[in-house]
Amino acid sequence: MNNNELVNKLKTIVKPYIQDEEAFANLSENTDFITDLKINSANLVDVALDVEDEFDITIENEEMEKMLNVKAAIDIVKAKLGK
Amino acid sequence: MNRVVITGLGVVSPNAIGIEKFSSAIRNGKSGITYHENLMDLNFSCCIGGVPNIPEELKNTYFSPLQLRGFNSSGILYGCIAGMDAWTDAGFAINEKSEIDYDSGTVFGAGSSGIEKFRESIYKLDEKQVRRLGSTVVVQTMASGISAYLGGILALGNQVTTNSSACTTGTEALMLGFERIQQNKAKRMLVGSCSDDGPYIWGGFDAMRVMTYKHNNSPEKGSRPMSVTASGFVPGSGAGALVLESLESALERGATIYAEVLGGHVNSGGQRNGGTMTAPNPEAVQKCIRGAMHHAGIKSAEIDIVNGHLTSTSKDGLEIKNWAKALDRSGRDFPYINSLKSMVGHCLAAAGSIECVATVLEIHKQFVFPNINCEDLLPQISELIDETKIPKKSINAPIQYAIKASFGFGDVNACVIFKKYTE
Repeated sequence: MNNNELVNKLKTIVKPYIQDEEAFANLSENTDFITDLKINSANLVDVALDVEDEFDITIENEEMEKMLNVKAAIDIVKAKLGK
Repeated sequence: MNRVVITGLGVVSPNAIGIEKFSSAIRNGKSGITYHENLMDLNFSCCIGGVPNIPEELKNTYFSPLQLRGFNSSGILYGCIAGMDAWTDAGFAINEKSEIDYDSGTVFGAGSSGIEKFRESIYKLDEKQVRRLGSTVVVQTMASGISAYLGGILALGNQVTTNSSACTTGTEALMLGFERIQQNKAKRMLVGSCSDDGPYIWGGFDAMRVMTYKHNNSPEKGSRPMSVTASGFVPGSGAGALVLESLESALERGATIYAEVLGGHVNSGGQRNGGTMTAPNPEAVQKCIRGAMHHAGIKSAEIDIVNGHLTSTSKDGLEIKNWAKALDRSGRDFPYINSLKSMVGHCLAAAGSIECVATVLEIHKQFVFPNINCEDLLPQISELIDETKIPKKSINAPIQYAIKASFGFGDVNACVIFKKYTE
């Protein structure tokens, strides 16, 4: 799966939680979940669980802490899928 | 001290959602009690109950898709709808960007919160999946879930809290909000209460054999307060909400005034002198009623209508005796008395607030709603008060003063007095 496909999948996953439509429309690898998409920080854990379900992976606590933007999320998913 | 009036109403009741529909439902004696297959499947003795009917479309007009994600708390659902309706009814707009109002708060009670959500979580926990609970468990299962939801939706900046005192909860919430405005600590308080529905909240009562098991084939006949054949209460659920406001603020805004809250009293029987965890101490009940009249500065002769607690159990006779003694009125001299539970069952923590809403509507629209299923009045009640004072059909009557009381497990009591608003 290339980065573009991953970004698109992530976009679908974060959609229910975002509170900034414009930032969401322009979502890229550089988009931050909290500062750009205005996702409530409590919902980050829900995003992580949805990512787990989508890719059938388990995200550890340390990884979850780092999963604050699109790029970090992609890196984590790629690393897991690559194993 | 500030005078306190009611400027907004909202209700989610087993027999109707929304004030207009509720108003006509109670006038027409419409029952909200139905048979529930899921209770039968779980071997409940009592398989009937009162559950508000909330279609998905209606849910979506009150909650965003994000709020509904992982949402599984019927009490919070009912409380939010009733609370938001009351707020809008009082003339306030609800939107995400609204500014915080430090003069408005809420006391919104609950018996427990999100019991279905709790169950769902416990299953996951026991499967060692605590890490997969998600972010929505705490806010839906904390006791103050309902006030936390409403505080955010309405941008309330004054006190935001949840009270809990079993079946007294709703009436107590009203008293707490009333006192806060009276003492000038807030201009407006949204008060009310809500209750979850379903087997996990009702099971404990079924086990105590205090719910009727004789009406599984005749649900609408099951809740029969004051009747010889009353054989236990019918469980209900829902929420009631009232916007209390200082008279000054209400007049300034030109708000509709439904009624005035004159005063009331809250006490406990200490589980002494006949009182137990589950039965009321009669002396304390009478003290509570007298205390309410004293606080409101009225005489019992002025009272036009009593909205009783009257649950359709063997305790109804004792309650009437307590009213007759506390008011020192009997026979034809006794005020009208009715029990909303005949139509909606016992809505537990939500009972007090839904019943307060009904009482305020009777003042606002000058009528007495009927006691349905009371064809066979208990002799110990007819000995004390004239049967004409227990209307079986809705009647129009001038209502100036109404008194409402709720009693709850733990031997706790609350009583409030409403008056038709006059300058």
